[in-house]
Amino acid sequence: MSTGPALVSILRQGDTLVASIHTALDDSEMIRFQNDLVHQIGEHRARGVIIDVAALDVLDSFGSRTLRTIADMARLRGATTVIVGIQPDVAYAMVQLGMGRVGAHTALDLEEGLAYLSSMRNGRHKAAP
Amino acid sequence: MNDQQTEEQQDTVVPIDGHQLLPQLVAHLREHRARLRDEWASRIRDAHLLEAMTPQEMAAETTSVYDNYVEVLETGSVEALQHYARDLSERIIPRGVETHEVVGIVLLLRDVLARSLFEKYQRDFPLLNQVLDAYEPAANRIANTVAVSFVEERERVITQQQDAIRELSTPVLPVRERLLILPIIGVLDSERARQLTEQLLRGIRTHRAKVVVIDITGAPDVDETVANHLVQTVDASRLMGASVIITGLSPTIAQTLVTIGVDLSKMNTIGDLQGGLEEAERLLGYRVTRMEADDAS
Repeated sequence: MSTGPALVSILRQGDTLVASIHTALDDSEMIRFQNDLVHQIGEHRARGVIIDVAALDVLDSFGSRTLRTIADMARLRGATTVIVGIQPDVAYAMVQLGMGRVGAHTALDLEEGLAYLSSMRNGRHKAAP
Repeated sequence: MNDQQTEEQQDTVVPIDGHQLLPQLVAHLREHRARLRDEWASRIRDAHLLEAMTPQEMAAETTSVYDNYVEVLETGSVEALQHYARDLSERIIPRGVETHEVVGIVLLLRDVLARSLFEKYQRDFPLLNQVLDAYEPAANRIANTVAVSFVEERERVITQQQDAIRELSTPVLPVRERLLILPIIGVLDSERARQLTEQLLRGIRTHRAKVVVIDITGAPDVDETVANHLVQTVDASRLMGASVIITGLSPTIAQTLVTIGVDLSKMNTIGDLQGGLEEAERLLGYRVTRMEADDAS
């Protein structure tokens, strides 16, 4: 497992964790990110997780599978995951490769993601698919 | 061979090799131009070819085709003919002239000219053979050139029209804040589906759309491929955070989709565009009410 400086920043904003991926992650970095994030959900007692992938111009199958795993694990730990900032080209490539369903709610950008989480807390939405 | 020639053929110089045959042949075709052209035209009429054209046009076109033909025989260069054939095709294609007609008339001319050669050289079989050896490759080359030019012209027109349709095809229209409409008109092939999806995804980002209504009233056929394209578009839009409503599925299309077993259960479909817009407005939290008329007339 790689140990360098973190390539993902995980910030706490109230009871929401915002994780921004700054650069393409290789598989081991992705695993490290997954462990860090799920660990922090418990630590901060977070109810919502936003993963911002706006900086990525590529998302491979392992990456999208990990995102799905994170969403599933977060749900088990009591947090809702929203993936935000998927670029048009990335979205199209993911669909072409049959990875069109990431198992988490998706939103256009960070702002939309936060809006979704707060509307969820107010009970205006049902849980994410 | 000379002594076998009859009086009326005395004007012909007996050739030593193929080089001199062609000029001789060309001279013969020029000399009998009017008669051969008329014969050709009457055979075109008998075969019911080019009936889209008036007799005057026929006369003009047959004359220039004839002259071009003889010129190619003389010079061996098909460039001028190619140019003429393309120009001719451009004029007659919009009038519904078919490929078989164009090829047919050229083959008829070849036959008419060949017959006149048979007639001229009938008494001298070896010479006839030589003449035909010179004539046939040139004639076939001409037939080829004309046919290919015609088909190329037709393909050019088709490509042009396809491009035009493609350019017209996919507007992404913002109707309200955060609501886009994408009307799909015409056949949805893979290339177009890709283009359309990319445009839609860009539109979603530019307009920060949350809901997209895709209206397929104008798509003539929806088969499995098209349905799969739609599913992909819907999935890609959701990855961008926008939900998609599909409208305009006609009863026929609905039946087709059910029969071929395309799974559209994950898609939000609504009968018509009006219903789709109403649903979109509901999703976005709009409520549209009519203003009470102050003075009822």
